[in-house]
Amino acid sequence: MSTLTQAASHADASSATPELIRVEDVHKYYELGETRVHALRGVSVAISRGEFVAIMGASGSGKSTFMNLLGCLDRPSSGRYLLEGTDVSQLEKKALAAIRNRKLGFVFQGFNLLSRTTALENVELPTLYAQLNKEERLQRAREALRAVGLEDRMDHFPSQLSGGQQQRVAIARALVNRPSILLADEPTGNLDSRTSVEIMDVFQKLNDQGLTIVLVTHEPDISRFAKRSLHFRDGKIRRDEAVADRPRAAEALKAMPRVED
Amino acid sequence: MELLSILRIAWRALARNKLRSGLTMLGVIIGVGAVIAMVGVGQGASQAVQEQIAAMGSNVVFVASGTVNRGGLRLGWGQTKSLLYDDMRAMVRECPAVRSAAPGAATTAQIVFGNDNWFTNVQGTEPQYFEIRDWTFAEGVPFTQADVDAAANLAIIGNTVRQNLFGASDPVGQVIRIKDLPFRVVSVLNAKGESAHMGQDQDDVIFVPITTLQKKLTGDTWLRYIVVSAVSRQASYAAQQEITALLRDRHRIRPGQDDDFMVRNLADIAQLADQSSRVMTLLLASIASVSLIVGGIGIMNIMLVSVTERTREIGIRMAVGATEEDVQRQFLIEAVVLSLMGGAAGILFGVGASMLITRLLGWAVLISPLAIAVAALFSAAVGIFFGFYPARKAARLDPIEALHFE
Repeated sequence: MSTLTQAASHADASSATPELIRVEDVHKYYELGETRVHALRGVSVAISRGEFVAIMGASGSGKSTFMNLLGCLDRPSSGRYLLEGTDVSQLEKKALAAIRNRKLGFVFQGFNLLSRTTALENVELPTLYAQLNKEERLQRAREALRAVGLEDRMDHFPSQLSGGQQQRVAIARALVNRPSILLADEPTGNLDSRTSVEIMDVFQKLNDQGLTIVLVTHEPDISRFAKRSLHFRDGKIRRDEAVADRPRAAEALKAMPRVED
Repeated sequence: MELLSILRIAWRALARNKLRSGLTMLGVIIGVGAVIAMVGVGQGASQAVQEQIAAMGSNVVFVASGTVNRGGLRLGWGQTKSLLYDDMRAMVRECPAVRSAAPGAATTAQIVFGNDNWFTNVQGTEPQYFEIRDWTFAEGVPFTQADVDAAANLAIIGNTVRQNLFGASDPVGQVIRIKDLPFRVVSVLNAKGESAHMGQDQDDVIFVPITTLQKKLTGDTWLRYIVVSAVSRQASYAAQQEITALLRDRHRIRPGQDDDFMVRNLADIAQLADQSSRVMTLLLASIASVSLIVGGIGIMNIMLVSVTERTREIGIRMAVGATEEDVQRQFLIEAVVLSLMGGAAGILFGVGASMLITRLLGWAVLISPLAIAVAALFSAAVGIFFGFYPARKAARLDPIEALHFE
């Protein structure tokens, strides 16, 4: 996992402040016809470099909205969002796209890989928007795939890969531009329990190397692998606590029966 | 994002739906092909007309008897009886720009030879006529001025008449009957083809001495037309003016009154013919460009379908850092690639169709590099114009919604 160490150390070097994310009194409204949906009602939180945060909550609790804001896919209605000390809450769409490209990596529940496109080309995708030359793009994509253990599946199409492998490709894609934060939205939602733990193992190892991870999940079993958990309800953070006796995914895997695939 | 990557993505997206891309392109292929072929036909016709007119001799001036206005009813050229043989002699005598002239009068008649008969145009003239019009003889010896003075029953026949009455046998020396009078065929004219601006068969004609026609066939004394040869090509305008002044004077037409005759030089006719073929070319090209627009609408339609189908892809691209401009450019280039490929195939199709028209119909078709360049540019413009809206639609998608699109 030498590449991941590289990615993490790169992130470390880029900023002196330990505080990576600072959210201050953020509100988000949606206008749905006549009614106004108040999705976030004053959220304030700070996340430091190297943290592994699980965001918990029922559907409608505001956790997905919060994740979209953290991911710069959306802008808050009010309040501030500082990413590496810069207020990004009112930036132009174009600037937000650049932040998504350079500083953030996304992993989704449904993998969201491009079909009929090889694993390598899927991983290469973010680099296409990053002004890198062809050689460097391919080199980075290969390294990222190697880092998630898929160096022998580079030319496979998503349909030829298992769910766990597809999610690994998605993780490699999220890492290819060496981001500061990995944002994972229900990354294990479509996976069986053993594969889920395997993915959490990948996350823990990345976090060990210094990568900051924010993970949205509604499964308590999964959130236990994080270091800190935030509980959302009705658009507010109700509970913010450190995870006690956090298990190592690698250990948990040994105890789990292997399902032949 | 660099152009090469965009082009590769566009190519892949189009290759993924080969049949659909092909059918979409077909609209542009047909449009561009039709424009090239139609402009080719138009320009080929125009060139043929110009060549025919040049072959008629560029210093020829036509004088025709005029139109009559009878109580508001205007009867077309060749109706007045004021153009006389003496007018012709006066032209040759008094107009310095006129070198020679030949008179013309005409009737139509049923021509009989043996068991065959043929309805055609009988023209009376003098031997200079053939010199002025640069019309040569395939066989025999034409009648002379002496024959004209004697009002001899001699005939020179056109190629069409020869084919219809004589077939393969030799007409020279045979006797045909025109309005029950016997005429001896002395000569056959070389084929001249269709006339430049009327499309008439110029070879469907019989020439007899004008005296014979007037005295024995029609009983008229007036001329239908006079064919004049100016001393040079440049002099044809001067000849036209001199003739007009002379005839107005001889016919006692007061200033302000209309001419009772018409004078045209070939340069005018050439211009007229050129104008009409240009209008035809334009008309053909505009009809053909309608199909190009229809092709463009096809592209727009398929691009809209493609944007909807690939909503998730767009969401993914945006999530990993594609800007609105990146997405817009990608779809725009896809539309342009589609239309340019259609344009390229259309050029081949158009050139092929032009060659086929030349071979099958024998029309002169001129493949113009300009038309090809314009068609290529136009197809690119079609791609940009009709690709713009779908591309804009793609770029305006909300990444969050696009990511969750099923």
